[in-house]
Amino acid sequence: MSEALTAAVEMLVRLDPKLVEIVLLSLRVSLSAVAISALLGLPVGAAIAVGRFPGRQTVIVLLNALMGLPPVVVGLLVYLLLSRAGPLGALGILFTPLAMVVAQSILILPIIAALSRQAIDDAWREYEEQLRSLGARRMNAALTLLWDTRFSLLTTILAGFGRAAAEVGAVMIVGGNIDGVTRVMTTAIALETSKGDLPLALGLGMILIAIVIAVNAAAYLTKELAQRRYG
Amino acid sequence: MDLIRGPLLLAASLAALPALAQEKFIVVASTTSTEQSGLFGHILPVFQKKTGIQVRVVALGTGQALDLARRGDADVVFVHARSAEEKFLAEGQGVRRFDVMYNDFVLIGPRADPAKVSGGRDILDALKKIKAAGAPFVSRGDKSGTHLVELDLWEQAGIDIVTEKGPWYRDTGQGMGPALNTAAAMSAYILADRGTWISFKNRGELAITVEGDKRLFNQYGVMLVNPAKHPNVKKDLGQAFVDWVVSPGGQKTIAEYKIGGEQLFFPNAK
Repeated sequence: MSEALTAAVEMLVRLDPKLVEIVLLSLRVSLSAVAISALLGLPVGAAIAVGRFPGRQTVIVLLNALMGLPPVVVGLLVYLLLSRAGPLGALGILFTPLAMVVAQSILILPIIAALSRQAIDDAWREYEEQLRSLGARRMNAALTLLWDTRFSLLTTILAGFGRAAAEVGAVMIVGGNIDGVTRVMTTAIALETSKGDLPLALGLGMILIAIVIAVNAAAYLTKELAQRRYG
Repeated sequence: MDLIRGPLLLAASLAALPALAQEKFIVVASTTSTEQSGLFGHILPVFQKKTGIQVRVVALGTGQALDLARRGDADVVFVHARSAEEKFLAEGQGVRRFDVMYNDFVLIGPRADPAKVSGGRDILDALKKIKAAGAPFVSRGDKSGTHLVELDLWEQAGIDIVTEKGPWYRDTGQGMGPALNTAAAMSAYILADRGTWISFKNRGELAITVEGDKRLFNQYGVMLVNPAKHPNVKKDLGQAFVDWVVSPGGQKTIAEYKIGGEQLFFPNAK
């Protein structure tokens, strides 16, 4: 444990260029996946929350269940899609960061959609009468509620980010853990564990946790500032 | 809306990423032993400096590496399981196979040596003793080159491992390193390639127990994936890598790779 801490501190102090590269790639991949999933997931969540259509309950159950998608399965599916022998093989994006973004987006889209659906659903129950008396249509109501619940939705997005930053199964398969190209924090940790360099692996793990904390802290501060300014 | 503008910019910058990445590159499907022993980290920069070609290594077990190439997802395969490689060639998946280098397998085991095999040179005798003693044995169980060799050795020892294995035989389905971690944790015997063993750090109570049997010879081969079968294979760049690996320059670079003064791979291209 102390060896791991020493390894972590040493890498940070030296600002190891390899480490910086891996950290930046991790952030780029996971934040991109979060952005894509949020753009798609929030409207979907809002639509299901305020919409009334046949099979709505089934959709909600399925969406909630998909939050538990195993990363390895998602990785395998995306691999088979992007493989040269697969339907999207011609794109030639297997073993690139883009493939990793695709896999992580699929992985966290249900999380963001399901959690935002719940948050907006709750708000909708509370304000439905009010919004209706103002003559708001469902579409407008959804937009209003998305804005009103923005601080809960931020937590939803952070949950998605946490999942993306922490998973190793999907990015390992579709990225290939290629040195300097698709190696991210989690696959680097898996590799060092394989080599039996447990202190280095744990040291990298500590840095990963620190980064996730930093991202969450930044989001929290943004939220606090915004809340103070806009009430 | 500021909340999504930042990530959006990031997504946009990421989309531009493939364009920024190195244009000249090949994908090599290889084994965990070559990657985790650090060999590629040593030889690839030399190759890239000479040719400007970046080599992207995807490290898997030999069986998986060949399957990856069968789907057309690699330009070159660099693996170590003669029979599996011959089959790959016979299917028309590879162009031509070249011997590159060898090292050997070693039987690793706990210092306490419950099966009393330490110091022996006969691997078949050692396996029989391990089975007789019911001493824990960790198998890769992942269709890798090392796993195929292990299965072959059991067969040579006259043991049908599928039907005769007991709870002492632990099928882990893991790469060489993770399997060694498992063996270290349960003080088990395990067959490992010497390269991974030398570079492996978490040895615990493990040590080499049997080595030097000529059945433990471990030959590596390299092949260009057949462009006639997979049109996207980068024929010229891939062939340049194959040619270099078996050239005097490439062979010398392989021989120069050492950990703690110990040479890991011995070039033997013809």
